Amino acid sequence: MLRRKLLRKLVSLIPLAGTFQAISKLGTAQGIGPDSEHTLPTYGMGIQIDKCIGCARCLEACKTENNVPPEPIFVRTWVERYVIKTNNEVDVTLLGAEADAAGEVAPRNALRSFFVPKLCNQCANPPCVQVCPVEATFITDDGVVLVDGDRCLGCGYCIQACPYGARYMHPVTRTADKCTFCYHRIRKGLLPACVEVCPTQARVFGDLDSKASPLNRLKRMKKIHVLKPSLNTEPKVIYADLDGEVR
Amino acid sequence: MRNIPDSVLRLSIVVVAIAVSFVTIRFFVLPASLTDMDAHKARATEHEAAREIRFAGSAICADCHVEEPGKIVQGYHSLLSCETCHGPAQAHVEDLDIKPTAPRRREFCPVCHTYDRSRPTGFPQINPVAHNPLEPCIQCHDPHDPKPPETPRECSACHAEIARTKAISHHVGLECTTCHVAPDEHRVTPRTNRATKPAGRQFCGTCHGEDSENKGALKVDLATHGGRYQCWQCHYPHLPEES
Repeated sequence: MLRRKLLRKLVSLIPLAGTFQAISKLGTAQGIGPDSEHTLPTYGMGIQIDKCIGCARCLEACKTENNVPPEPIFVRTWVERYVIKTNNEVDVTLLGAEADAAGEVAPRNALRSFFVPKLCNQCANPPCVQVCPVEATFITDDGVVLVDGDRCLGCGYCIQACPYGARYMHPVTRTADKCTFCYHRIRKGLLPACVEVCPTQARVFGDLDSKASPLNRLKRMKKIHVLKPSLNTEPKVIYADLDGEVR
Repeated sequence: MRNIPDSVLRLSIVVVAIAVSFVTIRFFVLPASLTDMDAHKARATEHEAAREIRFAGSAICADCHVEEPGKIVQGYHSLLSCETCHGPAQAHVEDLDIKPTAPRRREFCPVCHTYDRSRPTGFPQINPVAHNPLEPCIQCHDPHDPKPPETPRECSACHAEIARTKAISHHVGLECTTCHVAPDEHRVTPRTNRATKPAGRQFCGTCHGEDSENKGALKVDLATHGGRYQCWQCHYPHLPEES
């Protein structure tokens, strides 16, 4: 009987705990939460496959701007060369890597060949953020996925979780690193470094919500696709004239 | 007080001490960025936004440089940013004694303009081994207004791959102008003044039709061959197949 009484009392305390939590949440939300009246942009990038000439200016500018180590395996943005051969085999090589420089580039039996610039897709529904055990990676209010290097443990879960391979382990800081859309630039009203130096406007950048944005025209004029739409990651990097073989 | 056993009293002092220290650490010692996700996000976001920039953005270049930005927007390099070729220039903006690079060597321009099958058709490309070897590009081409030093006479100056393909095909004997009419302005402004292409299957029929007087060409019956398809939907005119 005594045990039953105790249990009953404990159960009656459960809603009380919820109330406490709600009150404490209310306090913090009023203090620091984002200003709801100020409308923020939703940053996005458009990539026009038909305009990319594979000059690799973008990835060099990215490495300079963001202190990315020079080795080709450490990249925030990269360019893939796709070669679809007459036997329907698909060759993908990393621009700037040894295999690509070695000469077996776009051979004569190629049916079609093109470059695909890639970077973090800044998903609205990012798997990397879900798996981080310490909440070191998060989405900003303007839709960019960032990594807090001070909090990151370097466990590498996010690198495994990213379906686009957009993250790498920084060899110096031993923390996860990735494209930030050059967050420090776009907040100053500048373009991301890769977009700034792209000589053919294969990369365009802007606010996905704004009507006066180069992305708006791109979405209106072109056939648009995103990478791996079946994963429901909802990328904010959109591709125009993307080949069906691109994974 | 007398009723409470000594052992319970001591234990409760320990419990209260633990509770007080927990509350102190959790709510007063730990920074908000560790306990509150919103505060953590705000702090990390501002930390990221405060990083230094290296590329200044081409808008600021035109504040001092007048001639080049005015010239470049008129020509084929109008889409290029200054820093595409001159490299990151924020250091130059802050200290004018630090000069950005000016690539004058022959190695630089082929980064974009070497022929590469993966590059989109229509993008101007050369073979750096064959194209005026050892001469620096800027000797003939002004990088701020790039164009051929003289108006090209031959179609192959720009359409080299088509010229090479045609050279090994059965159509080797045909001039480009047999099938295409290029207005004179096409040599200067190729994109705004396009060369023509044959309009329909009757054009191919002038040689390949059964009633053609051209004896050397293979003959087909235009009425039955190929249905409603245009000839070039199956046969590539610059490299038509054997039979």
